[in-house]
Parts: sequence; C-alpha cells; structure tokens
Amino acid sequence: MNALASPIASIRDALISAGCLRCRVLCGATSSVAIKTLLHGSSLGCNHAGELSGRSILLTTNDQLAAALALIELDGIASRIVICPPETTPEHFPSLIGKGSIDTVVSDYELPKYYSLTGLSQVRCGSTIRPVDDVHIDRRPTEWVLLSSGTTGAPKMIVHNLTSLVAPIKLATSPGEKLVWGTFYDIRRYGGLQVFLRAALGGGSLVLSGDTETTGEHLIRLSKQGVTHLSGTPSQWRRALMSPEAHRIDPSYIRLSGEIVDQAILNALRSFYPKAAVGHAFASTEAGVGFEVNDGLAGFPAAILNHDTSVEIKVCNDSLRIRSNRTASHYLDSRNGALVNGDGFVDTGDIVELRGDRYYFLGRRNGVINVGGLKVYPEEVEAVINRHPAVRMSVVRPRRNPITGSLVSADIMLKDASLAEQQSQVIKSEILEICQQSLAHHKIPVIIRYVNSVGVAATGKLSRHDA
Amino acid sequence: MSIKETVISQFDEVRRSSNKPGRPLTDDLVLLDSGLDSLGLAILVTKLEDILDVDPFTDSDITVPPVTLGEFIQLYERAGKPHCVHQGCAD
Repeated sequence: MNALASPIASIRDALISAGCLRCRVLCGATSSVAIKTLLHGSSLGCNHAGELSGRSILLTTNDQLAAALALIELDGIASRIVICPPETTPEHFPSLIGKGSIDTVVSDYELPKYYSLTGLSQVRCGSTIRPVDDVHIDRRPTEWVLLSSGTTGAPKMIVHNLTSLVAPIKLATSPGEKLVWGTFYDIRRYGGLQVFLRAALGGGSLVLSGDTETTGEHLIRLSKQGVTHLSGTPSQWRRALMSPEAHRIDPSYIRLSGEIVDQAILNALRSFYPKAAVGHAFASTEAGVGFEVNDGLAGFPAAILNHDTSVEIKVCNDSLRIRSNRTASHYLDSRNGALVNGDGFVDTGDIVELRGDRYYFLGRRNGVINVGGLKVYPEEVEAVINRHPAVRMSVVRPRRNPITGSLVSADIMLKDASLAEQQSQVIKSEILEICQQSLAHHKIPVIIRYVNSVGVAATGKLSRHDA
Repeated sequence: MSIKETVISQFDEVRRSSNKPGRPLTDDLVLLDSGLDSLGLAILVTKLEDILDVDPFTDSDITVPPVTLGEFIQLYERAGKPHCVHQGCAD
C-alpha cells in the first residue's frame, strides 16, 4: 500500500505531479471531461480561477460533474468552499452564507434574483471546459466545509482541510493497472468526496451518478467505462443487486459504508461478484474514515482497538470514539458545540456491542435514524407531528428495515385518547399531510401508532429506546 | 386473501400513496421499473411484515435479492409457507 505524497498543496498540483493524465476522465451522466484538459482550461464562467483567489465560496450545483470540476479548480485558490449536497434548499442559503462569511456563490444554475441584490458575486460553473491562458496563481490552504443534517433540520457546517480529507487515502497500485472508480454516493457528501479524492489524487478515472438516471442506466455506464472500484451504502448496493443490469459490471473491489453493514449484504455481494474483494468501512463526516474491515464479516474485530496505527479507536460508554488526523477540526457554528472532546477524540455516537472477539454496531446514541444513508433527527419529525392541535406528545424511533436499514416510525399520544376510530384515522391522515408538506420524503413516518403514554427518562427527555 | 394477492394489493397501495403510478403489476415486472424507489420498496416490506408477520429478507438466507415482481412474490410465498410440525417431517 502506498500512502499519498504528503502534504498536498492542492488537488490541481497533485494532478500535475501525478503526470500520465492521458485517458483519465471524469464521467457525468450526460457528459465526460478528460482530466488533462482541466490543467489548461476552466469550467468557471470567469476569466480564470485566479479571480476567485481568497474568496469564501458557496458551491451549489445540480450536476455532480460540475461540482467535481469546480472543486479541482477552486481548491488551493479559495480560502473556503462550502459544498452544498443535493438536498440543500434555497431556504438554507441565507444561514449558510452568513455563517460561512460567503462572498461568492458558484453554481451551475440561475440563482433567485434576490441574491443579485445582496452584493454577493455569482460565478457560473458547468461541465464543459474552455481553454484559458496559463496564469501563475499563488496557492493557499482551502477550508472545505461539508454539510450534515442537524437536529432542527438546519445543516451543520463541518470544517475539514485537504490534509484531513486525504489522510485516509492509501492506494494499492500496480504499474499499468487501470483504475476506474465508481460511486453510488454523491461526491458532495463525505463518503462520495472520499471516492472523488481517491480518483483525482490516486490515479484513474471516475464515473459519477446522475440525478435523474435509473440504477440500471448508471450500471450500464459503469460497465461501459469498465469500473474496477465501486462504492456505495448497503442500501445502494441492495438496490443495485435488484437491477437486471447488475451482472454487467465486474469490479475487482467493492466497498460499503455510510450505514450499518449486515452479513446478508456482504454474502450477497460475495456471491454475485465472486472475483471482487468486498470491504466495508466506518466513516463519518466529523470523525473521517475510522477503519476498514476486509475479512468479509459484519462488525469489526475488537483487536482494531489495540492496533498501533494513525487512528486511535476506543469504546466509552458503549459508543465508538476516534482520534486521528482524519477528523474534522470544528463546526463552523460554535452553537453546534465542540466537535472534538477534551482528549482529542470524536464521539461518533455509534453504539457498539462486544460479542466474542468482535464489535457490532447497534445504532445511534442520540436516536438519529439512518434511512438508506440519510440522517433523520427524531426531534425534527416530532416537532412537525406536534404541530397538529390534537397531538399531546410524540416519540419518533427507527424501525429496522432490510432495504434501507431503517425507516421512521412514530408513537403518538393524543390529547383526547377516547376519540372514535374514525376521528383518529382522520387525524392520522392530517398528521401525514403536515409531514408531507414539511419534511423530506425519507423523514415521513411510515408507521404511525397511537399510544396511551410515551416514556420519559429521568432526565426529563423522551425515551427513544425500543420497548 | 392469498399471499400473492396481499403482496400485489400492498404494492399497488404504496405505489399510489407515493403518487408513482407505473406499469401493470405482472410477474415479469422488474422491481426497479415498477415506480417504487428504495424507500417505497422499504415501506412495502415493512407493511408486508406487519400483515404477513414475515420478513423474508431478514429471516432467510437470500444470496441474491429478487429482480422481478414474480421473484418478490415467491420470496413471500416461500417464507409464508406453513411449516409441518410432525416429528420426522422434513417440511
């Protein structure tokens, strides 16, 4: 295994020093770009990227390829890039712009007219490259700010730099080996960004997913490009295996992360792709990549805790804690609290249980529900349910599911428990309607039960543990 | 109602509540072309677990997930098959 040359000044410098850019491409759903052309060209709608030197940028795109190209150009030039994942809605922009001290918005679509009145610079980006004159630009370290869902629905802004992001990247490369990375993730989130950086810095091409293409269409594109390394969440892999096109690809390496990995999906992948090495990793936006498990089994060996590596792992009060140079430095908004404990460890909030010589993941301490890799904070859903005037209290919990890992279920206590069946059915429909108006699809409770009481712990907080 | 009828009726209901009308629910319909996304399929499996009291995805050792509706129904029919309690009976 070869560690990447460190430190890396910028992605662009790493690409130049890697040489041999011939044949390396970034493939989007509708167009592709040869990486070589990016070194003498620009995807940005300004004279050259140097004009954005020192800017604090909000990057919001519809197209992943446009985001990938802009990141390569802006890293080492901008002082800060706040990367919006696809679910970021315009209602979040004012807060992100304020907290991120944003002076420039880079986007591949027309922003609402409001933004042209705010004095913000707007720069268009896209997925085509036009030639530009080579101009010397002084490089500077760029802060990468990733977004993650927060308790109230407002995203948390998590600060990384290129060093922390690339620290986990170690590549096994053989001379002449053709690497084609593919990902079901979105590169505007931590998991996908890791794949993007592996492809950009470690060599090879990258096949991105498209917002509107089907799993089958994506698999066909992956097959045409000859994907060798493919990553996704367990839910994304389960969906891929349900496609008739799943047999078209023949990867040599399969990686899962972002959700609890169960033995069934590991067995299914091993059976379907017998030639592939199947591994899973623990990673979070805050803690970075913690460790990789390559023995084909769910959970992780307890011995990992005693490994003398660059990543220190411990279990305290049943939750996994990680200290390494891969962790984010802080939350941009101090109201989100400290990201790292006093001892330098990040408390991941993931609860583990020791069975024999192996730890297994049980879920999240703070009740966060992981629906197919997307976080749902119970408090956000409860607040929406509680808007209904007939509701006294509600408690939202995960319901285990073999397709998406979990779904959202809600126990609701009505103010008047003696309502007739018909009336309570009407209320249920009204609650669902409020949820549909206010919440993303994956946050809407699938199961709604009426209960006579909800558990309240000694702390006065709702008890979210399953009975 | 047979297991097949239950699966099809729930499939139809989840699809309608997601406002995703799709192709007719025939045995050869590819699940990913049915109009249900992963979340829709997850909701369907949960509803079927509550009605049929089986979750064949978790309860059985499936090596390859179903691709068509017919395979999906078979999974439930196999999981829902009553087990013989007689001693010495292999079923």
